[in-house]
Amino acid sequence: MEEKAAILEALIFAAEAPFSVEKAAGIFSELSKPEIADLFRKLAGDYESRGGGIVLQEVAGGFRFQTRIEMAPWVGRLKNVRPASFSPSAMETLAIVAYRQPVIKAEIDKIRGVDTGGVLKGLLEKKLVRIVGRKDVPGKPIIYGTSKRFLEVFNLKDLSELPTLREMKDFRSSEEIEE
Amino acid sequence: MSYEIKLDVFEGPLDLLLYLIKKNEIDIYNIPVALITSQYLGYLDVIRSLNLDLAGEYLVMAATLTHIKSRMLLPVVSDGEDEEEKDDPRAELVKQLLEYQTYKDAAGLLSGRPLLERDVFKLGAPPDTPSDAVEKDDIPVEADLFELVEAFRRIMAGLEIGDALEFSAEKLSLAERINEIMEILSQDGQVSFSGLVAEKISRKRIVYTFLAVLELIKLRMATVCQSEPFGEIRLFLAVKEEGDSSVVEIAEA
Repeated sequence: MEEKAAILEALIFAAEAPFSVEKAAGIFSELSKPEIADLFRKLAGDYESRGGGIVLQEVAGGFRFQTRIEMAPWVGRLKNVRPASFSPSAMETLAIVAYRQPVIKAEIDKIRGVDTGGVLKGLLEKKLVRIVGRKDVPGKPIIYGTSKRFLEVFNLKDLSELPTLREMKDFRSSEEIEE
Repeated sequence: MSYEIKLDVFEGPLDLLLYLIKKNEIDIYNIPVALITSQYLGYLDVIRSLNLDLAGEYLVMAATLTHIKSRMLLPVVSDGEDEEEKDDPRAELVKQLLEYQTYKDAAGLLSGRPLLERDVFKLGAPPDTPSDAVEKDDIPVEADLFELVEAFRRIMAGLEIGDALEFSAEKLSLAERINEIMEILSQDGQVSFSGLVAEKISRKRIVYTFLAVLELIKLRMATVCQSEPFGEIRLFLAVKEEGDSSVVEIAEA
């Protein structure tokens, strides 16, 4: 492996959060951003083709090492995890925030047909949702959006990686045809 | 006191309506309002018979359905404007249902993604929970309110009250019981529901335990899991790292 790639690998390994090209460029000034991005991708490809238990994944605007998804049953045993702790109401609310952001609580309530206050509070506490600002209408309601943590937890590079709602509608109609 | 009804728990009136539409294999663009309304009201009766608090939203939807039904019964007065004639009283509701369905699907897709700390794991993740926390083949699933009610009913049924008189001068407070449970949880990380009411304890204490468990779930300080239908309900500590604040301030019950 060439030395530059090795250095980047070490940086990603030691970084606390997903390591971005920008951050790498700040440390590794000899390389341009496109060069770094190329090396990152090459590294990710190396890990992928190696077929080991670890992959280099692009999430939340950076790269991080994580276990390969197929290893989940074993690693889960080590960590003693319980299945996901997201309730259906939390997932619905999160989906609405993710797709409709910036969004205020009243909109979410209207779509779900129920009060979302408690669920939103929980999502804020889990840092999946953040307060973006206040809307300039009477009452100055809080505007919500998804956080960087949301991208990290759901393994998304950025919000554009979310399946589009149109895709979903197609998905649903094709399902109905099958039935 | 006997509960015989098994009810799916819905996320709200729209969820319930979508369920009814799916169950009856109805075309969402042509909803038979009379049928759906009567089934919807039937479900509300079930919820009421369980003495559960009925969220106001359900009642609003019941009113909306009834309103649509009555509007559909009225003859359409043609005043020459075609657009007015075609105005279907159900349109608004259908739009709302479709939109809700879209986000419900989106939520499903989101849950299907590889989740951190469930499907993939990164370096420097939180430390292991005690290794004896969950037995090997005891893979928990989420238990719902009705199972908790059922468990409570079972314990009450098993309690031999007989004709013994209770001279209980024990003073109980909900906050105290919550703190006791939190203490057990912060020590062991988990406890079974029957474990909490294992010793021969009074009816009153069981009620307080049950209320405390509900309160803890509501406060998101604990989660309940159940590995199989009618299986043991386990209580887990929800927040681990901020766990030191086991003292809860709560109004005296």
